[in-house]
Amino acid sequence: MSVDSDSVIGSIRSQFESSIYKTYSFRDETTLFVKKESFLKFCRSLKQDFKFTYVIDITAVDYLDIRVPRYEMVYLFHRFGDDYDENIRIRIKVELEDSDITIDSITPIWSGANWLEREVLDMFGIEFRGHPDPRRILMPEDYKPHPLRKDFDVRNRQPSKESFEKELKEGFE
Amino acid sequence: MNSSLGGDGFLTTTINYIANWGRKNSLWPMPFGTACCAIEMMGAFASRYDISRFGAEVARFSPRQADLMIVSGTITYKLASVCRRIYDQMPNPKWVIAMGSCTCGGGPFDSYAVVQGIDEFLPVDVYVGGCPPRPEALIDAIMKIQKKIENEGAPII
Repeated sequence: MSVDSDSVIGSIRSQFESSIYKTYSFRDETTLFVKKESFLKFCRSLKQDFKFTYVIDITAVDYLDIRVPRYEMVYLFHRFGDDYDENIRIRIKVELEDSDITIDSITPIWSGANWLEREVLDMFGIEFRGHPDPRRILMPEDYKPHPLRKDFDVRNRQPSKESFEKELKEGFE
Repeated sequence: MNSSLGGDGFLTTTINYIANWGRKNSLWPMPFGTACCAIEMMGAFASRYDISRFGAEVARFSPRQADLMIVSGTITYKLASVCRRIYDQMPNPKWVIAMGSCTCGGGPFDSYAVVQGIDEFLPVDVYVGGCPPRPEALIDAIMKIQKKIENEGAPII
């Protein structure tokens, strides 16, 4: 049985008609906007029923002063197939309000999402409910700001300097 | 002349001179390579450029056995405390080479995470510009350190 991108994405859309509220396609890449409330259920089905077994990447976008809601989570999933044409990629987006920047963690479903979600937590400060190890991954653990947010000055080295000096002091005690 | 032959195989010199002569010809580097500059540093160590010709080929990965720190590559604030700790573990006397634009002044990374020059937390003796500098430039830096040891020396403890 041959599997093609249109039929798989079509059946996803028909099964989750109420959860998907926006769809667009650009250069054969399909993006689905999923409601935050049904996101975890949608993901579980995506892996178990539709065999998207691989998380390519997880990231986020900050649309400060451009768009409301401010944050957007971006997930890229891959489904492996025997033929080249049977390999399918899909992009899932979830919009997050500035007042409630929490989302369900998908690490219980795809364990490969663990560090990717920690990176988003570190850079954007988005909280993942149910994450097994919600710590910063790149910046020092006592670092306060979230550097990829648009209201953070990218040249502001003061918080890094403070963490460094603290580390230096504690390391020699 | 600090030393002269006294005849019959004797040599008169000062203890400072002979110690500094030994130091400058046996600089044991601690390679702190974090980025592409480290590749050029490896090139300087290897047979084509071969800094063993200057007595500096014994790369010591333990700071306790090194007296020259070659910091080559971008240093972030998270790594800076590690870098400083390794420097503090080196026995005196010790020297530091800042190799490449990133270690000299941050290079292209004017960002929240990157140290804008390792002289913020380390006493640097020689700066080597370039992105990355050629192995010849590193050899020149080692020769400058040798000159510095010859002229200034370090106290004998």
